[in-house]
Amino acid sequence: MKRAFRGALIPAILLVSWEALSRAGILPMDTLSRPSAIVRAGFNGFADGSILLATWQTVEAALTGFAVAAILGILFGVILGLSPRLERVVGPTVDALRPVPAVALIPLSLLLFGFGLQMEGWVIVFACLWPILLVTIAAVRGIEPRLLELSRVLQLGFAARMRKIILPAALGRISVGLRVAISISLVVAVTVEIVLNPRGLGYGMIIAQQTLHPDLMYAELVWLGLLGWALNVALERTLARWPGGSDSGAMRGRL
Amino acid sequence: MRWLRSSSGAALFALALLLAWQVMADHKIISPVFFPSPSRTLGELWREIRAGELWAPLGATTLRMFYGWVLASLLGVAIGAAIGSSRTARDYLNPLLEFMRPLPASAIIPPAILLLGLSNEMATAVIAFGAIWPVLLSSVHGFSSIEPQLLDVSAALRLTRMQLLAKIAVPGALPDILAGARVSLAIALILAVVTEMQASQPGLGQNILLAQRSYRSPELYAGVVTLGVLGFLINHGLMLLERRLLRWRPAIA
Repeated sequence: MKRAFRGALIPAILLVSWEALSRAGILPMDTLSRPSAIVRAGFNGFADGSILLATWQTVEAALTGFAVAAILGILFGVILGLSPRLERVVGPTVDALRPVPAVALIPLSLLLFGFGLQMEGWVIVFACLWPILLVTIAAVRGIEPRLLELSRVLQLGFAARMRKIILPAALGRISVGLRVAISISLVVAVTVEIVLNPRGLGYGMIIAQQTLHPDLMYAELVWLGLLGWALNVALERTLARWPGGSDSGAMRGRL
Repeated sequence: MRWLRSSSGAALFALALLLAWQVMADHKIISPVFFPSPSRTLGELWREIRAGELWAPLGATTLRMFYGWVLASLLGVAIGAAIGSSRTARDYLNPLLEFMRPLPASAIIPPAILLLGLSNEMATAVIAFGAIWPVLLSSVHGFSSIEPQLLDVSAALRLTRMQLLAKIAVPGALPDILAGARVSLAIALILAVVTEMQASQPGLGQNILLAQRSYRSPELYAGVVTLGVLGFLINHGLMLLERRLLRWRPAIA
């Protein structure tokens, strides 16, 4: 109780003094707006559906990019994880590509795809791929070697080996990489929109700023903060509940 | 010997990829407008180096990244030390920080432009805001996990608060802080490029965007390669520094 009060104290003081100083004419309305105006602008934005549409566009790009990156990352991660020799050959090329900041690819992606979902999606794929790939390689390396031997003895095909042995054993650790990647996907989506892609919440903020609607811009900023926060909380919950975060737990049920 | 064999395999793989790209671009199997051959990209990069055109934007981006990172590190360590060593500070600040942390850093570009204009201060503020979190979180961890025995020792020696900070708290938290600062620097580079693209600040980010607008694709790829090399160098540079600064510490793992 006391802690909740303390946590709310500083934000409350800031908001109240913001509103008061703005009404007293000390803070400029045209750049800082004021909390009551921001709430109103946010309410209007939700009422006419524009914020929800922009949110959907951003989330759509983030999830699409994330899904493609997850499929590619897990697929190549399993292949490279199972074959250390291949990993030694391909690894340095991966290490050379990884430090390229994903945002440097925004102009390149625009050149290739033009404005729209696709260009945003591919930048997100590039950004999300590395954490998933590296974690998957490490997770597959960490699988109990006897389980892989067993799959050889049972003469399982590739698909069966994947479904019955590899994925169940590695998924706990892969989920850590997926979690990192999905937070990245939202950040990159907003960034691409802020820089140049005319869709989604990031673009909405830029337009609100350029057309001198600071109240709407701050409302969208707060909404983005809430989205990011909710995503974070949801991910922490699911990760805590993941079956057998370590490798063996999930296995036992399957075998 | 085995090392040589595996690394030559890796080099062959990379060369084969580049060669395939080169051949396909030369024979127009893939469009040279979208995927210019590696030789044209490297030729452009070489030309920029020889004409001295590379250094101004490279320097501008590096400096921008560096200013934002220094500001983020100073603020991050200060706030992190306060939160990590005082329960009261944590109660007051944590909820606010928990809300701000997942906010995409580039989302504060529009308000920052509104408040600070299209300026270097704006870029520094945005970079610092985005890059502060890793160093902040790791220094919270570093300062809150000081050995209780060391605190007993410092009490027995009657160290003042400043002495405690300088002799025990900071050296103890340093490994965490440095690890966080390395992640922060990578974020600072990303945000430096973003602010250059969005707010027309001079630098590599603006250069590649302009190259794209006029379809000078070798220049665009040369810029991407430069940024990749820069990202690689800063990461490894800080890792070396980390190892040097932490040499006094017995290896744990």
